[in-house]
Amino acid sequence: MSGALDRGVRHIGHMFVDGVWKLGAATRFSWYVLIRSGESVRRFQLTLNEIYFSGTLSLIIIIVSGLFVGLVLGLQGYETLKRYGSAEALGTLVALALVRELGPVVSALLFASRAGSAITAKIGIMKATEQLSAMEMMAVDPFARVLSPIFWGGVFSMPLLAAIFSAMGIFGGYLIGVVVIGVDSGAFWSQMQANVDLREDILNGVIKSAVFGVAVTLIALFEGYDAPPTAEGVSYAVTRTVVTSALVILALDFVLTSFMFTGV
Amino acid sequence: MTDCAATVRQIPARCKPAGFGPTVRAKPRYNPARFPGHSPSVSADNLVELRDVEFRYDSRPVLAGIDMTIPRGRVVAIMGLSGSGKTTILRLIGGQVKPGRGRVTVAGQPIHQLAYGELYRLRRRMGMLFQFGALFTDYSVFENVAFPLREHTRLPEFLIRDLVLMKLNAVGLRGAAELKPEALSGGMARRVALARAIALDPMLIMYDEPFTGLDPISTGVIANLIRKLNDALGATSIIVTHDVQESFKIVDYIYFVSAGVIVAEGTPDSLRGSMEPFVHQFVHGETDGPVPFHYPAPPYDRDLGLERHP
Repeated sequence: MSGALDRGVRHIGHMFVDGVWKLGAATRFSWYVLIRSGESVRRFQLTLNEIYFSGTLSLIIIIVSGLFVGLVLGLQGYETLKRYGSAEALGTLVALALVRELGPVVSALLFASRAGSAITAKIGIMKATEQLSAMEMMAVDPFARVLSPIFWGGVFSMPLLAAIFSAMGIFGGYLIGVVVIGVDSGAFWSQMQANVDLREDILNGVIKSAVFGVAVTLIALFEGYDAPPTAEGVSYAVTRTVVTSALVILALDFVLTSFMFTGV
Repeated sequence: MTDCAATVRQIPARCKPAGFGPTVRAKPRYNPARFPGHSPSVSADNLVELRDVEFRYDSRPVLAGIDMTIPRGRVVAIMGLSGSGKTTILRLIGGQVKPGRGRVTVAGQPIHQLAYGELYRLRRRMGMLFQFGALFTDYSVFENVAFPLREHTRLPEFLIRDLVLMKLNAVGLRGAAELKPEALSGGMARRVALARAIALDPMLIMYDEPFTGLDPISTGVIANLIRKLNDALGATSIIVTHDVQESFKIVDYIYFVSAGVIVAEGTPDSLRGSMEPFVHQFVHGETDGPVPFHYPAPPYDRDLGLERHP
């Protein structure tokens, strides 16, 4: 009985120590990525390539998802607002829900699934096949040449993707609310224009999505770099990227919302 | 003792026969007769020196007091069993890991003590061929070889093109310039990696298991290239390998590493005739000897349940 207890306590202790060690390693890794960012600016083409890899290649899933989220929001919103005789406020509801919350959060979740997993797999395989070591031995710092451009590519892409997601969502809400159901088009747009604040709503949404971009890209890079150089190791790393990113996005969203919109 | 005699040292007790020659030393530091015509006291003649190097991965000892000298212009092999620490020696020389104790010097500079900028400056004068080539899979053969030139020089595109084609021609793959790495065989991939490793005409070229998984023809091609390129470039080469047959044809000197120490060293001729048990077993590929065939295990009859109980 006491043996099992000992093993249990030891197991928890190991998990705690491993967690602290990994957090330290991730912090140090992030620091290296940041201090080796000069190359990403001097050779901006490297960053542009990564914006294409992370951002442009994620456009399809972002556009389609944004459209469907907007369609659903339009339907649900109309049904709810109609009960209170405020169907004209549909534009405001759709826009606020998207630019404040759904745009940054859902696009970040999609970004983690599409681009985050691809980044982890790419770095994990580059490490497993010694491409990063080869680069080091050619006197080319992989942090400056590969990891930092990917990081900045992700950070720049995320707010743009969130903006596109929100725009497509609003378009979806317009389609279902105005074109299909018949809400007044002028009321839809004017209410939205009157009630959505540039700084309070849109800028805070952009800040959120940039923070999510930093978090997701760093998690994806670190998991790839830290992955054991085996097929199984890379596969687990990709899974960890998606799961950890999703949890971190939701936790960060709560913290950021608390500060931005409730005055905590 | 002649110049070409093998030096046997730090052999585990079970593989060391009593009174075995030519030279047995408990803790040697340096062998002046190691290289014919070479004066080891003039350290400028040595491109790489390891002195009493110890290295551990976490708590697992990998190297336990390695002394090694690589003179300029020579092709030197490091041989030994898998997991004996051979690749770690290359990583130490390349500055990818640091020794726990001892000193690693490359071109007179203590590589483990260099700052980031100095380390990268020194690495520009090194080339390394990884076990499976480590080609960049996103790039074509041409772009792989052009990579170090583009990163470290400001040469115009027409010159880069000419240099890349010359390097590819040297390894016989000029015609494969536009192929992607996935279209190459193992031997071709390693030749491309070799062209990339010599792109900047390095002073030191390191080869990590260059013959692994290759057919006999490709193995012979790579072996010849290593020797010819070394001599043509006036470089120094270090080869980590298991391949006795090919490496003995092209190298000037060999170090045998086992359990983190150098157990024997000498020229190919001296080691081929060596009666030291480890070297003999390794060179002749014998299944049993100082390196046992069986992994340590409990008694066979006990495992089979045949043990008699009183």
